Order: sequence, then C-alpha cells, then structure tokens
Amino acid sequence: MLVAVTFMVLLERKVIAWVQVRLGPMRVGPYGVLQPIADVVKLMTKEDITPVRADKIVFTAAPMIALIPALIVFAVIPFGPVVSIFGREVALYITDINVGLLYIVSVASIGVYGIILAGWASNSKYPLLASLRASAQLISYEVAVTMTLVSMIVSAGTMSMIGIVNAQYQQGVWYLFAQPVAFFIYFVGGLAETNRAPFDLPEAEQELTGGFHTEYSGMRFALFFLAEYANMIVVSSVATTLFLGGWLRPFPNIEALSFLGIIPGWIWFLLKTFIWLYIFLWVRATLPRYRYDQLMRLGWKVLIPLAIANVIITATVKVLV
Amino acid sequence: MATIDNQFDTNELVINMGPQHPSTHGVLRVVLRLDGERVIGCDVVIGYLHRGIEKLCESRDWTQIVLLTDRMDYVAAATNNVGYCQTVEKLMSIEVPRRARYLRTVMCELQRIASHCLWLGTHAMDIGAMTVFLYAFRERELILDLFEEYCGARLTYNSMRIGGLPLDIPPGWDKKVLAFCDIMQTKLTEYEELLTHNRIWLERTKGIGVIPAEEAIAIGLSGPALRGSGVKRDIRKDEPYAAYDEVEFDVPTGKACDTYDRYLVRIEEFRQSLRIIRQAIEGLPEGPIVGKVPRLIKPPAGETYHAIESPKGEIGYFIVADGKSTSPYRFRVRPPSFCNLQALPRLIKGHLVADVVALIGSIDIVLGEVDRGSTRSSFPS
Repeated sequence: MLVAVTFMVLLERKVIAWVQVRLGPMRVGPYGVLQPIADVVKLMTKEDITPVRADKIVFTAAPMIALIPALIVFAVIPFGPVVSIFGREVALYITDINVGLLYIVSVASIGVYGIILAGWASNSKYPLLASLRASAQLISYEVAVTMTLVSMIVSAGTMSMIGIVNAQYQQGVWYLFAQPVAFFIYFVGGLAETNRAPFDLPEAEQELTGGFHTEYSGMRFALFFLAEYANMIVVSSVATTLFLGGWLRPFPNIEALSFLGIIPGWIWFLLKTFIWLYIFLWVRATLPRYRYDQLMRLGWKVLIPLAIANVIITATVKVLV
Repeated sequence: MATIDNQFDTNELVINMGPQHPSTHGVLRVVLRLDGERVIGCDVVIGYLHRGIEKLCESRDWTQIVLLTDRMDYVAAATNNVGYCQTVEKLMSIEVPRRARYLRTVMCELQRIASHCLWLGTHAMDIGAMTVFLYAFRERELILDLFEEYCGARLTYNSMRIGGLPLDIPPGWDKKVLAFCDIMQTKLTEYEELLTHNRIWLERTKGIGVIPAEEAIAIGLSGPALRGSGVKRDIRKDEPYAAYDEVEFDVPTGKACDTYDRYLVRIEEFRQSLRIIRQAIEGLPEGPIVGKVPRLIKPPAGETYHAIESPKGEIGYFIVADGKSTSPYRFRVRPPSFCNLQALPRLIKGHLVADVVALIGSIDIVLGEVDRGSTRSSFPS
C-alpha cells in the first residue's frame, strides 16, 4: 500500500510533466522509476524540525492522525471476489463488514483532524489559515458526499462493499450509468475531500506557502504527503467499487463479452482505479484554483441540494419500481 | 461580552506576505491585515531589491548607462534600452536611421511578447493553473533564443546604442522572427483555450480589483493596467516613436475595469504585437544602423523627459545634463511597475487572501524596476 502511494507520487510527477511538455523525473533509474525510493531516503534523512512555539505532542500526532485513517480504510475495499489460488480459497479483501460504507465514511473523516491539528499546533499564521480553510471545506463537502452514498445504499440495498458490487452484477448495470448525478457529486466532492486541485485551498502554495504543512519537515512532512496520496487512492477505489462495478468486467451480464473474463477481477479493479487517479492528475494539470468563498458556495448551494434531491428521487424510484 | 474579548484576541490578524513568498513576484513584502480571510488593509513594503541604479547612472558615462537600464525591468531589458537611448538622442538631437528605428520596433514588440508571456505564466500560476506557466515559458524561450542570436545575451541584452543599434541583424534572423510569429499565433489559441472561457478562471478574475478610469488616472496607472480600465492611452499611438507611426495596430481596452479585462487586454496585445512585428519585418528598409553620433557623447546643457510604452506601462526617463561632464547631472526614471504598484492597497481592500496574489499578478510588476532608486520605502493604505 505505501509502495503504491510512493509510486503514485512518481505517476503524478510524470503525468503532469507530460501534460506540460516536460520529461519529469529522469535521473534515478530508467525513466526515473526509482525516484520514489530516492525520495523516501531523502525525506527520512532530513532534519526533523519542531518549531519552538509549537504544541509538541499535537504537532507530532497530527501527521499520524492524517495518515492512519487513510490506510485502515483499505480493510473493507474489495480488490476482487473470493478466488481460488492453487486450490485454496483466498478472499481478495481483508474483511467484509455489513456496514462497510459507513465504516469508510467515519474512518476517512478522522483524517481531517490531522490537518486541523497540524495547523493549530504549528502556532503559525499561514498554517492556521489553512487549517481553518480545511475544516470548513472538508466538513461541507463531506455532507454532499455522504448524501450521495446514501443514494447508493438505497440503490444497492446494502452497505457492504461486496454487496454493492454484487448488486451491480445482479442489476446488470454499473452505477455510473444508473446514478450519473451521484457519480458527479462524488467526483467533485472526492476532489475536494482529498484537497486536490481545483479545491487544494488548504495547501494553496501560491497563497499560503504550503498551507498546513508549512512548518513540517522530514518524515513528518512525508506522512502528510503520503496521507494525501493514500486518500486519493481511497477515493478512487471507493469510486471504482461504487460506480464502476469493482472487480467486474465491463458489461458483466453480456455473454458475448465473456472473453474479457480471462482477465482476473483484481486487474480490472486496479485498471479502473488508475483511470480515476489519472483523472485526478489531469484535472490538477488543467484547472485553476477555486477561491474559498466560491468553494463554499459550490458545496452548500449546488452540491448538497443536488445530493439531497438525488436521494429523494432514488428512494422514490426504488419504492415505485 | 467584555469577558469574551478578554479571553480571545479579537484583533485583526496581521500576516506578512513576503519578501520570501512564492507569488509576490520577487522580493515584495505586503503586510496584510486580515479579518478572517478578508483583507481590511495592507501596507506594501518595497526596497528589498534596491541597488541605487539612478545614483549609479550619475557616475557612469552616457554609453555605460545602457547597461544599467537592463537591470531595471529585467524581463523587458530591450525596451528599457530603447527608452534611455531615445531620451539621450532627444537631448542631443540625433537623427536615428530608419532601419534602426524599424529594428527597435521589432525588438520592443518581441520584448513585449516575452514580458507578457512571463506575466501570463505567473498570473495563471498564482491562480492555480500551473500548466499555462510552462506553456508560456516555452514560447518565451523562443524569443530569448532570437535575442541570443542577435546580441549574445538572453536576459540583459545591452542591445541599443545612442543613435542606433550596436549590431545589424544576423542573416536569416528576420525569417526566424516571422516563423516565430506564426508559432506564437497558434500558441495563443492554446492559452486562451485553457483560460479565457474557463469557469473557474472567470470566477476568479471577474469583478476582482475593479478600478474605475478616473481613479486609475489619479493613481497614475499606465499600460495594460490603465487600458483595462477603458482608457485608450498608449504612447506608441499618442506620441509615436521608433517606427510606430509607420505600422498599423489597434489599442485594446477593457470595459469592466477588473482583473479579467486586464487579462483580455494583455492577451489582445500579444496579437497586436505580432501584427506590428510582421509589418516591421516585411517593411524593413536597408541602410545604416547608426546615425551620426559624435565620438565623445556629451549632450548640451539642458533637461528632458521622454517616455515610451514598455510592456508594463509608461517608462519615462528624466535626464539633466550640465553640458560639461560625460555623465548625467541627474538621472531619474519613472518606472511603470512602481507607479502601478501604488494601486495595490486600493485594489486588494475588501478582497480575500486568494485575490491578493491574483491582483499582484494582474498589475504585472517587476521588483527590479520598482526599486530602481526610490527614496520612499512603503505605500501606506
């Protein structure tokens, strides 16, 4: 998982470099593939500075609070169904709890505290502004995202991640097509919740000089960095599960396409997740950044009403049909 | 309420933006007084790049000063050179050959495009669109290559002499300039695709930093910042110099007086510059490149002010010669960045922190020029 995150950083640098007619990292290993290892070594050996006026305990705890939830969310994300490898039944997921989606929402929102506490504990003005922005932004977007998840639960009739994938199999349609509005809201909300462009206000480099992690260095900074990318992967894989049918091949119910079945489910899963991640990077390379008030307006005046309307419509359709 | 006031510091938050900050375009320091994220006032502190250029010029001889003018607006060095040389020519009544005037026009306009490229890149970067930055620098690079081929330098060109040019253009250079114009024309569409109709860009720039025409004139804005407020003032048109009276071009102006209109004005100036370059290169006359200049440059006693249109606005030189020494008695520059920067406190008042960087980008300053030799060190709001 952490390896995936570090390579995600490389992927980001490469993709954005290609968009911007550059080469990206080229020095470490062929085409820079070993760059993440060099980065990790560099960050680990850097001096770890704690500002004198910082709140030491909170300052130390904040990066961990940011990273750990992002990692433990993966417990419920199914990379594939139960498969047999050399005759042994192996489940390609860690656990399947019946409130999987609820678990994801609740655990993922703990991560916000990491950012808020980091900004507060740094005892510095720019991080403080950033953490104020972060808390307002994340809370308001979480409402919209959670409302869309409610409409997904209504559609699937279950909160289990496996159950949702199976529901998509039985209904014969990816929820991307059945719930396009929910998909849109989840995508925008996902960008905002992971602090990615165009909603990267809490770390707006040009305004707040790095935002909440201005005062962090070395490995503690790296933890924030990892948390950001881990969150991107979380959002992407949850989106894959909810909207793109998880490990299912395209058009799972059409027999004529059954030759696609020779590709194992987990490869489909990773493929779809990578499409998501690519979109994340693509958006970052293309769009300017929203302003704080515009961001809040978009969240409260557009996304949340839309999400609530979507829940109502979904529920009505579900009852009537 | 009194107890709450005692417990919590309800004063405004004062933050220092710069002099080391990624988007103050150099060593500008802005002391912001914030209420939440809203700016209620600011002080602009300058002088971090002060090198005493004006004073230095008074102890150099007339030809050496060209080199110092490079260091003021270092992203538009050729324009500074032209401005200075024309002032001395005015002082000494030297006739500049037609070919030199045409080439000066070409250089000034190439320089304008290069300067606007840098402005566009950094302005977009400040608002978060980082790809435009690299695209704009890619084209600026081509201009720097052209200048390198002409005079060997890429940033501080020293590319003018009193009475004309130091060098004639290398063979084939004019063809390369025309080829560049074609490339630039297509790349402009690329920038515009990324920004002009982008919803986020519109929301970030429309209605931000509105400054009506009367106020803009009162503050002393010039260049695109003034034209964005709808004032049709362009020295190239109003008091033509070099070959500007012999080429056709339009002066774009804005209506809404905001950041977006200033952006549109500059984007249109790219096009007009290309138009001027094409005409000047195609009509490039043959002939000498330096006029009749005495071996020892010693202007007669007197004073003069001469201004030209730099990419950022009106750059004017006020020079007093005593007729005896080989260096100016008094040398003073009216730099566009310095005067335009005066508008900043007025512009950012009431906007959010995020708009501050957009507005600094929108007035397009270069700190080398702001600090060319000023005695005041801050603009109170």
